Amino acid sequence: MINFAANTTYTLPILVHAAVPLTIIVVYALVAIWGERKVAGFIQDRLGPMHVGRWHGWAQSIADLLKLLQKEDIVPKDASRFLFKFAPFMMFAASYAAFAVIPFSSGYIGSNINIGVFYLLAVTSLLTLSIIMAAWASNNKWSLLGGMRSAAQMVSYEVPTIATVLTVIVVAGSLNLMTITEMQAGNDILGFLPNWLIFQNPFLIVAFIIFFISILAEAHRVPFDLPESESELVAGYQTEYSGIRWAMFMLAEYADMLLLSLLGAVLFFGGWNSPFGDFMSGPFWEFFWFMLKGLLLVFVMMWIRWTLPRYRVDQLMHICWGILIPLSFINLVLVALWEVIF
Amino acid sequence: MLYVFKEGWSTFKSIFTGMGVTIRHFFSPSVTEKYPYEKIELPKGARAKLHVNIDDCIGCNLCARACPVNCIDIETVKATDDVDLGKTSTGNPKRFWLTRFDIDMAKCMYCDLCVHPCPTNCIYMVPEYEYSEVDRSNLVYHFSNLKPEMVAEVKEKAEQEAEQKKRERQEMMRKKAEAAKKKKEEQEKKQAEAKKSSNKNDNDKPSTPGKKDS
Amino acid sequence: MTDQISNIAEKREMTINMGPQHPSTHGVLRLELDLDGEVIKNTRPNIGYLHRCFEKYAEEMDDYSKVIPYTDRMDYVSAMNQEHGYVIAVERMLEIEVPERVEYIRVIMAEMQRIASHLLGIGAFGLDLGAFTPFLYCFIEREKILDIFEKTSGARLLYNYYAIGGMIKDVHPDFKKDTNEFVKTFRPKIKELNDLLSGNKIFIKRTANIGVLPEKVALNYGASGPVLRGSGVEWDLRKNDPYSIYDRFDFEIPIGKGEMGTLGDCWDRYIVRVREMEQSLRIIEQALEGMPDEGDVTEGIPKRIRPKEGELYARSETPRGELGYYIISDKSASPFRVKARAPSFVHLGLLPAISKGALIADMVAIVGSIDIVLGEVDR
Repeated sequence: MINFAANTTYTLPILVHAAVPLTIIVVYALVAIWGERKVAGFIQDRLGPMHVGRWHGWAQSIADLLKLLQKEDIVPKDASRFLFKFAPFMMFAASYAAFAVIPFSSGYIGSNINIGVFYLLAVTSLLTLSIIMAAWASNNKWSLLGGMRSAAQMVSYEVPTIATVLTVIVVAGSLNLMTITEMQAGNDILGFLPNWLIFQNPFLIVAFIIFFISILAEAHRVPFDLPESESELVAGYQTEYSGIRWAMFMLAEYADMLLLSLLGAVLFFGGWNSPFGDFMSGPFWEFFWFMLKGLLLVFVMMWIRWTLPRYRVDQLMHICWGILIPLSFINLVLVALWEVIF
Repeated sequence: MLYVFKEGWSTFKSIFTGMGVTIRHFFSPSVTEKYPYEKIELPKGARAKLHVNIDDCIGCNLCARACPVNCIDIETVKATDDVDLGKTSTGNPKRFWLTRFDIDMAKCMYCDLCVHPCPTNCIYMVPEYEYSEVDRSNLVYHFSNLKPEMVAEVKEKAEQEAEQKKRERQEMMRKKAEAAKKKKEEQEKKQAEAKKSSNKNDNDKPSTPGKKDS
Repeated sequence: MTDQISNIAEKREMTINMGPQHPSTHGVLRLELDLDGEVIKNTRPNIGYLHRCFEKYAEEMDDYSKVIPYTDRMDYVSAMNQEHGYVIAVERMLEIEVPERVEYIRVIMAEMQRIASHLLGIGAFGLDLGAFTPFLYCFIEREKILDIFEKTSGARLLYNYYAIGGMIKDVHPDFKKDTNEFVKTFRPKIKELNDLLSGNKIFIKRTANIGVLPEKVALNYGASGPVLRGSGVEWDLRKNDPYSIYDRFDFEIPIGKGEMGTLGDCWDRYIVRVREMEQSLRIIEQALEGMPDEGDVTEGIPKRIRPKEGELYARSETPRGELGYYIISDKSASPFRVKARAPSFVHLGLLPAISKGALIADMVAIVGSIDIVLGEVDR
């Protein structure tokens, strides 16, 4: 039993540290859901939400959130009650916990541990577990199919993700995300390009493409949104969920999207480093650049989502095991050779 | 291996072509009509709601008969002789009081079939589209402009007149019958006389008084 | 021992209800699927959720022309074509000729409706495969057609515009201009659609070699329209059994060639629709040129419709295939019997034959590619 009163000196900073990413996630999720609807609207020659809050419907997600909070919490009769209720929170907890090692700026990182990347990848694996949990607990055939798909998909796509992350680590020589970011400071490549890892090594561009494809799959985005493909599986593992639990799933999903995009930004695009060297740097600007990079990747994900049809489940597996994994390992070897030679 | 690369390249190419199309649309203006704030005007002939110009209606019931779903309900009362309902704008004389002209827009299927048979063009579709109701019975539109007491009065009058006419007719019939009887008697007399005179045979075809009335 | 194993193997199958409330069954179709994992072992389509007694209604009507609004409601996506089929059937029974101008208007309307219907079919097909955006692009174009229809007939979906012996009213004065403009703006949109969807590798992967319908099976099941043409059979009633004035126009019948995979797969059926839209544009252009400017379209409508005793089967090419009306007349004012041969119904029968061994995701593609409208299936 932890005596909180006695440990105020420790608990308060911990709480503050914990609250910062939570705030970022929640605010981001509200903005991103609204933004996704706007992006979808503009791409489809529509306008998206326009009513709530007057200016381009900016308050739409808040209104939606309030609506979801008021909804009845329905648990299907034959569902496994505990797992059913627990799964969304576990899913959110998994993606939230992973934010602990993301360096938001030079002045803020939740936990500056030496095995940051490792921790992040390990914790996000919990997402699979919670999706299967939700799918199984719903006692619904569509949910189960969705859950099985997602389990297969996430487990498979973790391999190329890890392989590409490994390539970066070979170059960077550290598992600590803060260190990886710090070593990308400065504008030395060709005189003006920032020292970002993607510009340091030609094979890392290939690595980034593989990484981006696999995070699309891990975040369940089109063309790999099979677990929740609405035209086949109704809503996949979310079929039986409604109200606040469903909102938690959405929150977790968007948080996951941001997490993986931010990871991409750290690993390939210099994290919180400004693209203009010392210009516009400092803790706040660093945070701005970091989020900008992450959100740009998120935007590309949205853009792809509203363009492409989705793959079939066996094709998805084929892409992963037949193409991405061999390619990423070959790439790993090549990167290593490049590092040895130059 | 080469095949995989070729396939991969063409996949990427097609994906980027598609993304190019969508990003062009991203920056092109939207086609949305912000409905409650901006209302588009429907074209003139749009079939959105049935309207009856009751002043022109002559109560011929053609529209009700043309309706495939029986959503038009018309009740007419014949106008008494002392009132002149005037003429419609197309010049047709009006002979009926329209005591009821209801259109159930909940039933209507907007087929326009009632519009064409109308001799005075008084039933037509109007481009009016915001008339949804919470209660279905509110979708029954009453076009008759007679007040209830007027309806009662008109009905009573019509009944009275009908009664009177009936009586008159009966009277007439009676008179006719009497006349016919007289005639018959006369005829019989004549015949009898003739019989007497010429000893003729039959009169078994009595011309019964005709019960002929409308 | 082997018994036990086969028992376990049997138990692996699960039955799942796809529909009637499923996002991609195009209305209220219910498919009972026997699944082994995600592989479909057996498909049983269940229909009747949208049954509205069309045929009985037609008998109950006291006028032949009162049936027309009900034909609209059969295939509500291509109402003009449905009316066309019924109207030519009754006209043949009455043995009346319709004025030239009416024929041209009918052809233009039918072809515009064909484009509108194909746009919906293509868009919904894309939507089934996860591509949301092409669906809305298709709707933007379809909306333009519906605007023209609304200006002319007054309605957007269920027109009741064709009348026996004519049209209910004349076209809008702007009709020619609007239609010409639409034809002009629509051509580049087809190219855009091809860029976005038809040529997309993911789309091709999802549709090529899926739901292969061999020519022989298609003919045996009585398929028609794009489904049959997708299997490489050059059969189009507008060419093979010309009705109205289709014999005057120069157009081609696009058929599936198996470009991306096997002949008769989903992609072939899809591309036939895309190419048919281009051909329809050609017909519209020619018809607009040849359309007489003068002429009363309502004068030919007979006052009394009493066909002589007999029966007749008239067929026409709707966007979905051969639509036939079999009408028996007993000399009275109402038809004694109206039987509709709905193409969607026939095509739905194909489903179990072509979906065996497919995955659930393929099932969605197959249902989308045969483009059924449940209103027509259940009538």
